[in-house]
Amino acid sequence: MEKIVLHLFIAGRTVRAERAIATLRRICEHELANYECELNIVDVLAEPQQAEVRRILATPTLIKEVPPPARRIIGDLGGDPHELLAALNLPPNP
Amino acid sequence: MNCWRRSICRQIRNVLCSPGEVVYLKPDHSMIERLPTGIPGFDHIANGGLPRGRTTLVAGTAGSAKTVFAAQFLAAGIEHGEAGVFVTFEESPTDLRRNMYGFGWDITEWEAQNRWAFVDASPQHDEELTVIGAYDLGALLARIEHAVKRTGATRVSMDSLGAIFTRLNDSRLVRNEMLRIAVRIKALGVTAVITAERSQEYGEIARYGVEEFVADDVVILRNLLEEEKRRRTVEILKFRGTTHQKGSFPFTVIPGRGIVVIPLSAIELKQRSSSLRITSGNSEMDRMCGGGFFRDSIILVSGATGTGKTLMATSFMAAGAVRGERSLLFAFEESRDQLFRNATGWGVDFEQMESDGLLRVVCNYPEVTGMEDQLISMQSEIASFRPQRVAIDSLSALERASTIKSFREFVIGLTSFIKHQEMAGLYTSTTPTLLGGTSITEAHISTITDSIILLRYVELFGEMRRGLTVLKMRGSSHDKEIREFTIDGAGMHIGRPFRNISGILSGQFTHLTPSEIERLSTMFRDDEHEAAG
Repeated sequence: MEKIVLHLFIAGRTVRAERAIATLRRICEHELANYECELNIVDVLAEPQQAEVRRILATPTLIKEVPPPARRIIGDLGGDPHELLAALNLPPNP
Repeated sequence: MNCWRRSICRQIRNVLCSPGEVVYLKPDHSMIERLPTGIPGFDHIANGGLPRGRTTLVAGTAGSAKTVFAAQFLAAGIEHGEAGVFVTFEESPTDLRRNMYGFGWDITEWEAQNRWAFVDASPQHDEELTVIGAYDLGALLARIEHAVKRTGATRVSMDSLGAIFTRLNDSRLVRNEMLRIAVRIKALGVTAVITAERSQEYGEIARYGVEEFVADDVVILRNLLEEEKRRRTVEILKFRGTTHQKGSFPFTVIPGRGIVVIPLSAIELKQRSSSLRITSGNSEMDRMCGGGFFRDSIILVSGATGTGKTLMATSFMAAGAVRGERSLLFAFEESRDQLFRNATGWGVDFEQMESDGLLRVVCNYPEVTGMEDQLISMQSEIASFRPQRVAIDSLSALERASTIKSFREFVIGLTSFIKHQEMAGLYTSTTPTLLGGTSITEAHISTITDSIILLRYVELFGEMRRGLTVLKMRGSSHDKEIREFTIDGAGMHIGRPFRNISGILSGQFTHLTPSEIERLSTMFRDDEHEAAG
């Protein structure tokens, strides 16, 4: 089973942060059900050093490094899940 | 109006002090506290510094030294024990560390000492960036706050706004977020500088309407092309609720120092003027001036080439050396060898004076540097040698190398600097025509100088002779006659006035017959009688 590692950077539990988390959980359970999904949520208010290392400006920011190619998406990830999958360069379930 | 003003005054007095006490309200002492930036000259035009705890917008076109200003704001703070955070949206920290090192700012060292911190928001080219849905700049704000707390910073620089606007492509969002950052910075008690691009030197303050959120304090840096010469100026457009100097001031960017503002009109011309006289090096000239030059005065010597200007400067310095005073000569027309040879020809030993530490000669070609840089380098020469006498031979050479505006600013800057040091300055100026005439130099600086001495060729019965007059001697009476003088191996000898010739200064000589002289003197005698009656 191929592994997907996602890092989501949020600044506190805002409405946008909750929306992004919900969207990611949903696609991991449905569109990406065939993958092993690892979702790390980093709150930059608690861990600013993490934001510094990754040079994050906007929140929410989603980073995918595994599998390559690396992708960075900013925004609350609302709307069509296929748009998000295309941006992450991940094929949905066959 | 007066009534209203009086009532306000009374209210203020009631609030501020007990009855009977006098309150002085000075415009400079507004309720807004200042943070001295430490940028040379800038605090002078800012009446003390940037408004503390606020965000100042520094706007300028490409190449106007915005980044240098932003970095120097932090560097100057660090030198005074204040830490700083640099938020970079454009250049990478690696580039900034390298580029700023040339100004003498060792950022790497400061970072190691936890006195300087970067928040790197420069573009990354390795990852593709997509926007899906709504976002804010919460992470950037968190990083700035973290860096401020980690270093205990009191200063933050953000450079530059345009870069983040172009990257995120949502102007309204970026504006709102930057406003949020400005508000947060204020709450942290930090003073901030934020730079922004302008598309042109005059017109809207900055692109993307950034002044909407940092409108309180605006500084503009300009990089103008005037008569094919680059000229940098800084203008404080506004400091809301407090004062600053109006208009634009020249500045220069110098290796090892950074931005140096030349606060011309802000220079207070309240130098102590002394009534102490010093010798010009020529006893007859001293007598014509009513007992010598004043110790802190500026003397302009004007004349055509070969009339004896360099000689006057030479004897002025030699007279200082005899009294153990140091002299500094800035020579822009003749080489060192030539000057020393000339001096020997008049019986002055420059080499001896130099080895006694009483003379320093600085020769350079003004065409090589801009006027602002020229001024700064001359000021530092004066400050390090600390002479009692300064001579410049000649100002006209400098004038040729600059625009009229820069030249005038240069002369004002140098003059007030010299006067502050309580030194005497002798400037020479070359007139373009051999007979009579004035130079542009004189037209632009005659009001600044305290004394003016004119040296002129006089054509007399087919022979070239020399004449001089003291045109102006501020604060003293002086000889108003045009006297003949000669030059020989012992220097200058001033003789009798020209009696039978007029129009010497204009170069349009008229020889007067004895009867004409008689008629003129009678005419003036009548006038005096009438005035007396």
